[in-house]
Amino acid sequence: MRRMSWFNVTSLTLGFAFLYLPMLVLIIYSFNASKLVTVWAGFSTKWYGTLFQNEAFLDAAWVTIKVAVVSSTLATVLGTMAAYVLVRGGRFMGRTLFSGMIYAPLVMPEVITGLSLLLLFIGIGLDRGVLTIVLAHTTFSMCYVSVVVSSRLVSFDRSLEEAALDLGSTPWEAFRLVTLPIIAPAVISGWLLAFTLSLDDLVIASFTSGPSATTLPIKIFSAVRLGVSPEINALSTIMILIVTIGVVTASLVTKRNAVRAQKDARKAERAEA
Amino acid sequence: MRLSRVALILVPYLWLLVLFFAPFLIVLKISLSDAALAIPPYTPTFKDGIAALISELDFENFIFLTEDDLYWKAYLSSFRIALVSTLLTLLVGYPIAYGMAKAPDEWRATLMMLVILPFWTSFLIRVYAWMGILSNEGLLNQLLIWLGLISEPLTILNTTAAVYIGIVYTYLPFMILPIYAALDRLDTSLNEAAEDLGCTRTQAFWLVTIPLSKNGIVAGSFLVFIPALGEFVIPSLLGGSGTLMIGKVLWEEFFNNRDWPVASAVAVILLLILIIPIVLFQRNQQKQQEAEE
Repeated sequence: MRRMSWFNVTSLTLGFAFLYLPMLVLIIYSFNASKLVTVWAGFSTKWYGTLFQNEAFLDAAWVTIKVAVVSSTLATVLGTMAAYVLVRGGRFMGRTLFSGMIYAPLVMPEVITGLSLLLLFIGIGLDRGVLTIVLAHTTFSMCYVSVVVSSRLVSFDRSLEEAALDLGSTPWEAFRLVTLPIIAPAVISGWLLAFTLSLDDLVIASFTSGPSATTLPIKIFSAVRLGVSPEINALSTIMILIVTIGVVTASLVTKRNAVRAQKDARKAERAEA
Repeated sequence: MRLSRVALILVPYLWLLVLFFAPFLIVLKISLSDAALAIPPYTPTFKDGIAALISELDFENFIFLTEDDLYWKAYLSSFRIALVSTLLTLLVGYPIAYGMAKAPDEWRATLMMLVILPFWTSFLIRVYAWMGILSNEGLLNQLLIWLGLISEPLTILNTTAAVYIGIVYTYLPFMILPIYAALDRLDTSLNEAAEDLGCTRTQAFWLVTIPLSKNGIVAGSFLVFIPALGEFVIPSLLGGSGTLMIGKVLWEEFFNNRDWPVASAVAVILLLILIIPIVLFQRNQQKQQEAEE
């Protein structure tokens, strides 16, 4: 094993301390008994209690989850279709515009996307609420999904699909039975990406939501604008923990699958020998 | 052409046309309209036909933007903040990516996960975490006073310095990952060859490692610079009233002043400014792909 130089060890230690200390401080202060966020007054879980009695937050959390589930599912379907069109679609009229529209939202500042969607919804007379947030989130996250899925589609062997077609399956069957299982990991990570993007979005949701529906980021933003609050610390801690558990579990599962695949490959090799 | 293929193309195509392209045209149109009591419809409308539309368009809003120095100051200061924070992110991110690339193989997956984890955590919460640390009574000031480095708390929150910290912190993974990818592919025998030929380690680093990781540096810098330019959340939570950024100006123009035509004009100019770095980025990506083929 190579030994790491002191420089590399220091830069990694400092770098990860920088990345994680702020979140750690937030978690510690969520257990602070004092209402003053900067003074430590002993351990307490009371802010978690008041958080769960705060109906405005609970309602907003529920709206956020609904919007995220619906929009990421829609975005996954549309994004996968778009990726398939981009990679396998061949030539068609307006292809340049199509690929431009897939990549442009990735770099478009959120304030512009939000502003333009709001002007559209007002122009066609659509009342702002859950529906408009879902439409907005689906639009920008389908682009992320299609980028993730198309990178997988590019790298896979097209002859597998052609073989299925030669053996008499319809294009839809070939897609469902051959292509989809192979690109499934990319489709799933596309869905997860879309889901997190939707949960996280403040700016676009602010433009496209109305008085009838507010999402959690909007609620958090208007609360923290007035300053640091212990309830928000508690809420943030819960969100950080959920994400950490999710990501760590996912990476452990991936690792276990990789180890298993390796073992299978070795077994197959031995059987051949 | 089969019907199913047409449907496959049309569904995502129409979705994007209606919900991405059309809204953008509306912004363009409203930016060229007169403010009619800040509520739609704006003149000119599409109803009177194209000729009337074109004859009635005016650049009043754009002229207004050049007359009030708030706007060009905001564009300029956004540009400066984005540029400086990109450089700072590079300075902080490069050693981390380098350390990761030099780490033993069995650590790499874990280190990679540790870099990606903050990306999945709420952006808003990561910015908010700094509010408590940077405030006058915050942890950073408490620490500095306790160490005896300062006697009076420094004002950090609500200054541009806090915006730099916020951007570096939240966009750091975007800088680390492409640089790590470039360094990971690097052939260490090249450095050894340079050392054999008489370079010191430091010289080999500057003459071999840095040029070979150029693609990662360029990609990471664009990935930080482009979103930082239109940033809204970080300047409004950490920056205070003294920090001018164009994303914040657009938001306030829209929600506080309710001047939609001016907000739209601000958006159009921001997009025009952004097109330059985006085109440069795409060129760079293309060159990279060609080099790999």
